[in-house]
Parts: sequence; C-alpha cells; structure tokens
Amino acid sequence: MNAPSSIKPHYQLAVIGGGPAGLAAASTADRLGVDTVLLDEQWAPGGQIYRAITETPVRDQAVLGADYWRGADLVAGFRASKAQYVPGATVWSVSHGNEIGVSVAGVAQLFCADRVILATGAMERPFPIPGWTLPGVMTAGAAQILLKSCGMVAAGRVVLAGTGPLLWLIAAQYARAGAPVAALLDTTPRENWRAALTQLPAFLTSAYLRAGVALRREVGRRVPVIRDVRSLRVLGEDRAQAVAYQSGHAAERCIEADIVLLHQGVVPNLNLANAIGCRQVWQDTLLCFVPEVDAWGASNVEGVAIAGDGAGIGGAGIAAEHGRLAALDAAWRLGCIDAARRDAEAAACRQAVQRFAKGRDFLDRLHRPRQEHRVPTGDTLVCRCEEVTAQQILDTVGLGCQGPNQMKSFLRCGMGPCQGRLCGLTVTELIARARGVTPAQVGYYRLRPPIKPITLAELASLPKTEAAVNAVVRI
Amino acid sequence: MFRRLPDPGAEEITVSIDGTPVTVRTGDSVAAVLLAAGRIQCRTTPVSGAARGSYCLMGVCFECLVEIDGVGNRQACMIRVAPGMAIATQNGRREAGR
Repeated sequence: MNAPSSIKPHYQLAVIGGGPAGLAAASTADRLGVDTVLLDEQWAPGGQIYRAITETPVRDQAVLGADYWRGADLVAGFRASKAQYVPGATVWSVSHGNEIGVSVAGVAQLFCADRVILATGAMERPFPIPGWTLPGVMTAGAAQILLKSCGMVAAGRVVLAGTGPLLWLIAAQYARAGAPVAALLDTTPRENWRAALTQLPAFLTSAYLRAGVALRREVGRRVPVIRDVRSLRVLGEDRAQAVAYQSGHAAERCIEADIVLLHQGVVPNLNLANAIGCRQVWQDTLLCFVPEVDAWGASNVEGVAIAGDGAGIGGAGIAAEHGRLAALDAAWRLGCIDAARRDAEAAACRQAVQRFAKGRDFLDRLHRPRQEHRVPTGDTLVCRCEEVTAQQILDTVGLGCQGPNQMKSFLRCGMGPCQGRLCGLTVTELIARARGVTPAQVGYYRLRPPIKPITLAELASLPKTEAAVNAVVRI
Repeated sequence: MFRRLPDPGAEEITVSIDGTPVTVRTGDSVAAVLLAAGRIQCRTTPVSGAARGSYCLMGVCFECLVEIDGVGNRQACMIRVAPGMAIATQNGRREAGR
C-alpha cells in the first residue's frame, strides 16, 4: 500500500470506500496491473465492519470476536498491494466522464479515473419512533464503533432495542467487555417466523445457524431479553430517561434508561450512486432501494460499478467477493487481462458468494422490521435535520403530493445536512401507504452532488482552467 | 455515560471543550471525546432549539455537528482530536457575523 500522498490527476481505477468490498476490489485490481487509488472517508482501512482493525485499543480478541478479526487478512492483503490509499477522503461528486470531486483535510480537488467502483457500504435503517432524536439515543452500530475505535462502552442503564444480528452481536461484545446491559428489547415481529420458515432448510445447513444460536445463548445468559416488543418510545426532556414498550399484547411497560441503542437492520448507503444517476429498484424483502447492477456490479452509468453492501445487503463475505468481481471486470475492460482470465478467476468468487448467501433469506425474512417502527404517525419526527413530522408529510399527500421530490419543496424534508439519509426510506413508505401505492411507484429522493456538504472555501480552492477563469473575468 | 476500557498503551493529549481543558486519548474522534467527557448533548438544533447528541458516529446522520477551531458545523465523528484543538458545542441558529 502506497503511503498517503497527493492524489494524481488520473488513475485507471478509483475505488470509493475502504470496507471489505473496496479493499478486495483495490487489492485485486492492483494484482492485475491496474493503476488504482482507494479513497476512504475513514482514517484507517476496514470500513465499519472491520473498523479500526489496525489500531483498536481492544486488545483482547475475544471481546470483538473471530468474525471481526477475520478482516485482518483483507487489510493485510491491501496493505501489501501497490494501490494508493487516501484516508480521510470525502468524495462529494462523480460526474460524467468520471471526474471525481474529493476533499481531504478541508482541501477540495478534482481528478479523473477511467473506471470507478463504488464501495460505499451500508448504513443502519432509520428507526423513527417517538424520542429517537433525544441525546442518549444512538444506533447500536454507533456503540460498536465507539468500542472498536476507542475502547469505550456505554455506562449507566443501557437498553438495546430492535431486531437483527448486529443487535445481538453488540450485546455479546458488551457482555464480554464487562459492560452491563439492562435489557435487550427484541422487536422482531412474532409473525415473521412464518415467512422465515419457508427458507429454513437452507438456513439449517448454513454457517449462520451455529453462529446465531451461539450468540443468542451467550446473550441470553447475561442480558434480560424481552421478546415481541412493539410500540417502542423513548421518553425524556433534554435526554433519554426511559423506554416505554409493549411486549406482545401486554400493557405498556417502562424501564429507565440513560443510553438507548437502536437497530433494525442495515440498508445500502446509496447517496453517491443515486447522485451519479445509477438506477435503483425497490427490494421488498429488505424494504429498501438497491442499485440495479449486472453480474459484475456494473451500473447503468458507463464506467461505474457498485460492489458490496452498497449494491444490496449481503454481509462482509459477499461484499469482498463482489469487490473482486467488479475489479476483474474493470481489469478486463481496461485491457489488463483477457476475458478468459476474468471468467476463470470469477468462478471461485461466484462459488464463494453462493456459500455466503446460503441461509441469508431466512435471516432477512426473520428480521424484517415492524411496520409501526418504520412508518411513524402523528408528531414523531421523520426528518431529523429539518424537524418534519409524519403528520406534516401526510398533510402534503392530502394536498396532492405524489412523491418525495414534490413533498420536499413544501417542507424542506430531506434537504438538511444529512441529505435524506436518515429520512428517505421513511418518507417513501409513508407516502406509499398514504396513497395506497407501492414504494417502487413512489420512488426516492433525486439526489445531486455535492453528496456531503462542503464549504464555499473548499469549492473556491479548486484549481481552475483558463477557460473557466475567462468565462467570468472581465478583461 | 460512557467509560473507557483499560488501555495501558494510550497516549494522551489536551484539547479544550467549551474553553475547559480536557485530557483525551490520541486517535479518538471529537465525538468520542465529547461522550467520554459526559457531553451526551453536543448542540441544539437551528430549527426548534431541541437538544441533540451523536447518533450514528459514522458520518451519515450529521447530528454531532460542533465548532472546531472556530469553524462551525463540523462532523465530530469524522474528525480526530489534535493537540490544542478547541471544540465548542453549537447552539441554535448561526448568528450573523460569526
């Protein structure tokens, strides 16, 4: 891995994102003779799943577990390559012709790449319930990032709430680190089991079975688990103080909480892909939009491929294989390898994908989050940035708004600094239900660059061509 | 509300939070040192003045916006502490002239 240095004006391949897909893509491309740069918004390789793997202060490997440390090989492989690594790099634009706008340490610059692989990964699904904006309410992923990168754990009365494997993993990691958890409120709807059971045979013979059972046993021994939780609310004035919930059809209960960690699955982080113009489709099992890509990860935009969880949730193993496949295809299109070699090397990747994919349908169906925790009502905030409520959005539908892009001009919903990341899916589902149509028919926000806010000073610092200067200078 | 696991190898530096010197671990994000210092709330919103704190810690939610070395609206979770860094919580709307 080249030491961090200045970005060249041109590369054959730019990989955006330093998680499993990005690391595998960059390592593979470099091995095949492609001049490659990897732009990583984090300051060390690993993405969120292997966050801080090269520098974590958590030295007892048992705490974070074997699945985390499995990432070490991937990072080592990348570090041994000649691909250039640029940490702390925020990509804010990829324009037609693959001109990439990036800011590093507050300085913006533009460069070109013949091909681009987006490996922007996943983010946690919005959890729009009453009180989710109170200080002290965070995502379970946030707690995991604090543990991995800083060796910090929540203290006081800690409540975990939601559904999905990550919730159980952080509960187990906290237990191993000696950090007490007051309760795990499992919001998995009981009726999900019926849909999941159709996928049971594949799950029973997959690696996920043993791992999942072991994790649940480990957590169950050390953390009070409350099942079939619904009507979740966080209570408090200026910070979280308690969580109210119902279990099954029992009366509402309330437990005191200082820190509430929410999680109901992950969804592709597709702001960059959307802004580039990559087509996306609604995936009903996972209740999210995913970019439309071919078997090599190629999108409808020439020269742009998408790999990893950013192209559809599959987990770290599948992400790395998809990264390799996208890199093989890039190397072929760049003329570095022939089609026969591309296809031969791809065969092993595709086999591995099949292996990792086995059993995931069961997990996806089981952990499909409850509708009331995705589609809020009344004065529950949907857009955290502009503080727009569910009722306000429904009112615009009453006025005739057909979709998110029309709605936002009424309410500024989705137009704050997060650019719809924390409200987009909620808005789509809210409008779809109110109109009685599908989320696919409603669609998503149309995003535009810069996909992260940059300052005017950063923009002004960009080098300008003579033609651009002449266009505005009066001689 | 957050505590550190024992880390004998930790190197420490000093930064300031709202003018008060604080000793922090090298390598931490600004958002992490705020939480370690007990600052669950890092700002109030420009729209209603509601209290907010870090939510995602991975750069997508923009809740941890703070002022760092005089520049407002920085993502505290995406920036590492540096010696002498001046961190300030930000409240409400931006004032004209600042």
